Amino acid sequence: MALQQFAPIAALIILAVVLTFIISNISTIFGPSNNTSRKTAPYESGMQPIGVGMRRMPVKFYLIGVLFILFDIEVIFFLPWAVVFRDLGFYGLAVMGLFFFILTIGLIYEWKKGALEWE
Amino acid sequence: MVEVEAFIVLSAALFILGAMGVVLRRNAILVFMSVELMLNAANLALVAFAWHWGGMDGHIFVFFVITVAAAEVAVGLALIVAIFRSRQSINIDELHLMEG
Amino acid sequence: MIDVPSIADLNLTVTFPAVFLALFTMVVLIVDLFIPKDRKIRTAHLTLGGLVVAFVWNVLVFDSNQTALGGMYIADSFSGFINFIALTAAIITCFLSVDYLKRTGIEQGEFYSLLLFSTAGVMFMGAASDLIVVFIALEILSIPLYVMAAMRYRDAKSEESGLKYFILGAFASAFFLYGAALVYGATGTTSLPEIFASVEGIVATDSGARLYLVLGAALIFVGLGFKVAVVPFHMWTPDVYEGAPTPVTAFMSVAAKAGGFAALLRLMVIALPELTANIGDTIAIWQTTIAIVAAATMILGNFVAIVQTNVKRMLAYSSIAHAGYILMGVAAVGTIGVAEEATRAALIYMLAYTFTNLGAFAVVMALEKDDGSGTQIADFKGLSRSRPLLAVMMAFFMLSLTGVPTTAGFIGKFLLFGAALEAGLVLLTIIGVLTSVVSAYYYVRIIVNMYLEDGEGDPAEGATQYLNYATYAAFAGTLIIGLFPFLAVNLLDTMMIAGLF
Repeated sequence: MALQQFAPIAALIILAVVLTFIISNISTIFGPSNNTSRKTAPYESGMQPIGVGMRRMPVKFYLIGVLFILFDIEVIFFLPWAVVFRDLGFYGLAVMGLFFFILTIGLIYEWKKGALEWE
Repeated sequence: MVEVEAFIVLSAALFILGAMGVVLRRNAILVFMSVELMLNAANLALVAFAWHWGGMDGHIFVFFVITVAAAEVAVGLALIVAIFRSRQSINIDELHLMEG
Repeated sequence: MIDVPSIADLNLTVTFPAVFLALFTMVVLIVDLFIPKDRKIRTAHLTLGGLVVAFVWNVLVFDSNQTALGGMYIADSFSGFINFIALTAAIITCFLSVDYLKRTGIEQGEFYSLLLFSTAGVMFMGAASDLIVVFIALEILSIPLYVMAAMRYRDAKSEESGLKYFILGAFASAFFLYGAALVYGATGTTSLPEIFASVEGIVATDSGARLYLVLGAALIFVGLGFKVAVVPFHMWTPDVYEGAPTPVTAFMSVAAKAGGFAALLRLMVIALPELTANIGDTIAIWQTTIAIVAAATMILGNFVAIVQTNVKRMLAYSSIAHAGYILMGVAAVGTIGVAEEATRAALIYMLAYTFTNLGAFAVVMALEKDDGSGTQIADFKGLSRSRPLLAVMMAFFMLSLTGVPTTAGFIGKFLLFGAALEAGLVLLTIIGVLTSVVSAYYYVRIIVNMYLEDGEGDPAEGATQYLNYATYAAFAGTLIIGLFPFLAVNLLDTMMIAGLF
């Protein structure tokens, strides 16, 4: 009985895969094709492409990314708390208040250190 | 019904793959990803055991492991970026200024 | 319905040393932002103030024998003593760092915050009574150390040392974590006293749970073995110790070790002693394994130290060797009835090693140049003429590391060898004594260099005000424990490790 419940989902998955395959390939199969070197070159708004395809990113993106990960992950501690929020009452509020306070200290620190400035 | 052993076998396999990655890989980022794989293998084991015992301890442990792993990512990537900026390479075989 | 604790149930008073230090770290972090660059000495003063408050409070709650934080924290004299070691190490490291950071241009505010974080990690590790807390404490201890090792970031060696430490440390944490997961799987709880209660039943039956438990304990040992650098998990130590800034090396050689051994002792003594023992046996199953590891560690550490020419590297191998001696105490814990004595011996050995090793590193820093050179053994030539006092203290530290009577090192070794003999580890004790004799060779070589070799004599410009305070403190500690060992031993006289003795 259990597996039959999943039949519509399985049908949907198969349909999605087949349809995607058909749509993405139909034009290459039926459409005309005459490749010239200009046509196969990557489109750069009419400019000649210069240099390698992989560009090195400014390290600032990485800094913001790491800061985001840190604060983002901390949020998982709010989730279980939110589930039992009413049962925990004031105790839970006090403890999460402390947790939030510590997080805020981290934020103040990075702000004051200039980690959030773009320049 | 799947037995808890199945999950443990899977997590042990992941853990061993991760450990082999740390030992065999030469790129610092890949080594680092292998360590993360090991941590997540342990997470899988913890969740499976928590399901087996019906307690919350394992789930709570996993929450903390995820957070700690994020902190490790921050520090580890910073170190790797610093090394890359000074040497243009993150091959750990080239880290041999000190020998003896 | 959830059983909600009240804030009074948390029993915060006894956790105050560690909790206060963790919170105080954040105060330092924020206050430092508002201290102008040329007056960073204020940060150091603030840090020292916080450490002293924690220290005094630790004396007040030293043997309160209570659990706190919902049973996740045990305040007994074991954790009190670990706190004592951690805070002593942090205070001396603080003195060591002030001038060094200034002349090498290392970022100062972060350094002190990270130092405090790491210290708090050691303290939580000694007091943890739950696998989750052990794991988090292990990370709070390690992650700041990864950063601190790489903090001299203009120096390629320091960066390299940081990355190496990071990769192997994270690797070790993963082993520890998987071990903890398996132990949880075998027992169904992460609380150490509850694990202790259920281990006996599991070992008696020959089930899958028993396999999990044995594997888990082995993986935990591997993970902690990496942290405390025992053979065969020691490969990172020399490189990391050589490359890291010297005050960081000094701190991690004592604090990280104290934390690792604290967790090892607690897990072995409290949680898994029955793994220990098929019922009726008096000797733990794991005892032989740990004894072999201890012997290998002592032999390799001491013999490889002989050929080193760089003092930091030599002290790194010497620290591996000392980890072997402490591990001898852990092995002795495995014999029923000796556990208390062996634990006490290991703790006192750690305290003695803390003072001695920090002192030795202080003298090394006095000789170290701003660019990190000047740490060769040859640089000690003629030191007795240029800096007689420094030379006397260095000689004393070297004798203490060897284990000569009237020094702290002797007391530690005496107690440890006694405990090992009582535990029936005769062969291990003989290896310990013989390797101590071998170690005399390379320790005394420094003394010979200072007193008998001709050389122009290093002016030791690094021996500035604060560094001298650190050297004097370490010297006083080494001498006091050496002459009046009962002061330290009495602290542990009423030793109660909750749940065992």
